[in-house]
Amino acid sequence: MFIKPLDKRIIAVTGHYGSGKTEFSVSLANLLAKEGDREYPRLALVDLDIANPYFRSRERKEELETLGIRVIGSAYDCEITAELPALSAAARGPLEDEGCRVIVDFGGNDAGALVLHQFRKYFQMDQHLMLAVVNASRAETRTIEGAMEHLAAIEYATGLPLDGLINNCHLLRETDADDVTRGHRFCEELGRKLALPVYCDCYPAPLVKAEDLHDIGPWAMPLGLYMRPSWLDKY
Amino acid sequence: MSEKVLMKGNEAYAEAAILAGCRYYFGYPITPQSEIPEYMSRELKKRGGTFFQAESELSSVNAAYGCAAAGGSVFVSSSSPGIALMQEGMSFLCSAEVPVTFLNVSRGGPGVGGIQPGQADYYQCTRGGGNGDYHMLCFAPSNIQEAVDIIYEAPLLADKYRNPVMILADGMMGQMMEPVVLPPQREQLQSEDIPKAKPWALSGTAKGHRNVIKSLLLKPDELEKHVEDIFKKYEAMERDEVRYEASGLEDADVVFVAFGTVARLVNESIELLAERGIKAGLIRPISLWPFPNKAFDAIDFAKTKKVISVELSMGQMLTDVKMAVNGRLPVGLISRTGGIVPTSIEVVEKTIAQLKEVR
Repeated sequence: MFIKPLDKRIIAVTGHYGSGKTEFSVSLANLLAKEGDREYPRLALVDLDIANPYFRSRERKEELETLGIRVIGSAYDCEITAELPALSAAARGPLEDEGCRVIVDFGGNDAGALVLHQFRKYFQMDQHLMLAVVNASRAETRTIEGAMEHLAAIEYATGLPLDGLINNCHLLRETDADDVTRGHRFCEELGRKLALPVYCDCYPAPLVKAEDLHDIGPWAMPLGLYMRPSWLDKY
Repeated sequence: MSEKVLMKGNEAYAEAAILAGCRYYFGYPITPQSEIPEYMSRELKKRGGTFFQAESELSSVNAAYGCAAAGGSVFVSSSSPGIALMQEGMSFLCSAEVPVTFLNVSRGGPGVGGIQPGQADYYQCTRGGGNGDYHMLCFAPSNIQEAVDIIYEAPLLADKYRNPVMILADGMMGQMMEPVVLPPQREQLQSEDIPKAKPWALSGTAKGHRNVIKSLLLKPDELEKHVEDIFKKYEAMERDEVRYEASGLEDADVVFVAFGTVARLVNESIELLAERGIKAGLIRPISLWPFPNKAFDAIDFAKTKKVISVELSMGQMLTDVKMAVNGRLPVGLISRTGGIVPTSIEVVEKTIAQLKEVR
């Protein structure tokens, strides 16, 4: 396992857009699908992000489904491109199913996180973890104060306290191993202020080699750059 | 601040406008640029400015007109159908010689269209939908850093020419993220400094003289002279503000013309064509008006077989490309519309098919 043990059934992933929460959610789903889980024979990835109508990937959905992951939500579907604040009722299925491990990827800001309210009852049964992905290179979350303000806004909007942080300090394809270290220090300090553990340090596997990582925590999670079309980096 | 930060396009554009000294923002939310009014509503007041959302785009542009006529540093943003509603105001701003910076994060059309990226506002931004003889400088950046730099420079150009400036960024430019270096904060023009900085403005403080800003000139000879005068500015813009990038034109088999994010996609297509033994060049207009006609003179007309305009429209820039090529080569079009962005492979395949037709 590349991440501090996840001892709860539902893993809710939040973070600013650009934090990399969708890349993290997809990579985590891949990891859990490959490892298998006796306690939870089924695995679902539920995307509840209504804040971003762009950058959706049906290809990802097909790939994930071949791994046996049930995928629900707009980020993986190209048909719905209107900005309707509507979510599929199918999202409730995995949340109700006690034999299903669920990764919930939700809104990029407090407004996006608000949608989680209708699913609140599933988050009041001590069966979930709320993890926030933090990118210390994002303009608005690159200071401790900025990140605290942002995380507080998400907690306020959802009414749910966070359980841990995920370091994903990155500058897309310009990321290097030092960025990961810088992000780790940042998240450690942020975690001390908020009394939250750091669940893992993410690094972009196509750009940074695991052996080049230094001065980070015990869990290092490789991420793909799945959601971004390659031509966007031809500038 | 010279540190590289990761920003979403729309946020970076709003921040760049504030750093450029924008003190007043006027707009109305519309996808795919709603993050701009959202950012401005949150940040501008903290930075000594005013955010104003009117009941419609028409009201917003006319409020901007009034504020800029009084000497305010004004930034306006919208997306395609919203920009359409503002066209009348732009004609008035040009006639009245009032500087305002506009940003159009464009989507698919016509009509309400869709919310995915489009470039079918090319005519709207370069020809204008308002009445009368007028032009606006129109720039089309192709990455977030370039857009930030242009937005930072735009108010200087608007003030220099006393004419509105349009920045055209397709929806992809608004929604994508990129590492960016933000420029330093330019000093905001305060009310007491307006009479000195903008002596033409209706600052309400004039002693001994009175400024008049109007677009109504009822006497035909006065109106003709006014139009001729503003056209002297347009001539200067055509001479001094042409911007473009050209690459790989020497002995190219085919030359692409593309702007905005499409130019990036075409860059990938050019690499794929090279693997297939086809040499392709690219002319990337940055100023859409004035159009970089002179860039086309560097094409190797003895070797190159075709010029192809790649657009997220049914072929609007194509008109300007044909005029620039001026009959020296066949001109083709590769286009997708409706909010669909072609794949780089699709551009390669269509290019190969079009080159076969030439032979």
